[in-house]
Amino acid sequence: MEIVITISSGFLLLVGSFLCISGGIGLLRFPDFYTRMHAVGVTDTLGAGMILAGLMILSTDFLVFAKLVMILLFTLLIGPTTSHVLAKAAFHNGVIPKGSNNLKQTKEKESTSSII
Amino acid sequence: MINIVLLTLLVVIAIAIIRMKDLFAAVMLAGIYGLLSASFFVVMDAVDVAFTEAAVGAGISTLLMFVVITMTGRKEKSIRHKPLPALFVVIITGGLLIYGTLDMPYFGSEDAPIHNHTSPRYINDSMQEIGIPNIVTSVLASYRAFDTFGEVVVIFTAGIGVLTLLSIARTKKNDEEIESINDSMHQQHLVVRIIAKMLIPFIFLFALYVQFHGDFGPGGGFQAGVIFASAIILYAMLFGLVTARKVINQIFIQLIAALGVLLYGSVGIVSLMNGGNFFDYNVLSSNPITGQHLGILLIEWGVGCTVASVIVVIFFNFAGRRELQQHKKPSQDKESSK
Repeated sequence: MEIVITISSGFLLLVGSFLCISGGIGLLRFPDFYTRMHAVGVTDTLGAGMILAGLMILSTDFLVFAKLVMILLFTLLIGPTTSHVLAKAAFHNGVIPKGSNNLKQTKEKESTSSII
Repeated sequence: MINIVLLTLLVVIAIAIIRMKDLFAAVMLAGIYGLLSASFFVVMDAVDVAFTEAAVGAGISTLLMFVVITMTGRKEKSIRHKPLPALFVVIITGGLLIYGTLDMPYFGSEDAPIHNHTSPRYINDSMQEIGIPNIVTSVLASYRAFDTFGEVVVIFTAGIGVLTLLSIARTKKNDEEIESINDSMHQQHLVVRIIAKMLIPFIFLFALYVQFHGDFGPGGGFQAGVIFASAIILYAMLFGLVTARKVINQIFIQLIAALGVLLYGSVGIVSLMNGGNFFDYNVLSSNPITGQHLGILLIEWGVGCTVASVIVVIFFNFAGRRELQQHKKPSQDKESSK
């Protein structure tokens, strides 16, 4: 039993850390704002979730477990919301995703029409 | 090792803040600076201080600075002349300060005066004298209650200062206008609003937990007040200042700010009248330990009330100023938002 717990939590922690690191690499390497945000937003939610799950398996105290569950719920709510808000704010302020010419044209039309 | 990494990062961020021309990025970096110093405090086992730093330095102060930036604009004014006299003054002051630290005991050295009689006294006797597990709270709220009283008065004075400088006669908006603003915001911030609605009660709950759990773990009036205020500020940001003002009456909040200081002070007066020293909680009850518990609970409550309401008042006045500014020149504002 002991070894199952250790191995499974170790696996979860490892995968979670890997996801967080890959999100960090994505943040540095991806070409434009939206892909970068996507890399961090998605991997951070899953990575943090997996790390928390790994810690939950390890925890023996019920209070610690409950606190970890609360942190997990909080991250699950907050992570996607912040990504959403960031993307929305960026789009609102005219950041165009790379390689989407259609969107660019419509956006330009919109802005010219609104100025007139 | 981790100390060196954190301190290096702090220095790097400080230099980046100085070099940055974009004020938005500078404020963001200041927030990161606050968070890093909070983690530095955690490494040094000062959890209560770290808690305060994370809530105030990384949270509220960053937010207030953002509110100011929306009024002043994002770019730093370019300075033509070289401020050489200022550099001269800074170098001299810095040199004197460094010269002053040479006389101080080394960082973490055992024979520093504070480790010889003050700290051992607190660590050894606080459990018998005060009877609460968190020594930081017993030092802050009982041994050094007078200092903390000073801090609360400082915060209260800051609130009064903001009120006298920024307080504006508000024009009454009719309900329809509020409704229309509300609807447009509802379209814009639908997701955030729903999430915030789910989270705000829990933020309040957490603030109360921090407030009353301060005797047993990290926390206390200052942190709880900031968290409480941040929930109200979140509400005001998402549902509009006018709606928030309808929910939370500003006069009432100002009254609570004053009442917090009054409560704190009157605990001291009551202990004086019962024949003890100012802020000597032993005389508050027949049993000294119960008296200490009661005193700490009351003054933490006073601190929490004052901090929360002063921060809410500051935010309301800052944001109200901004709304007034936008009202004056709506055309200009529309262009800048495009």
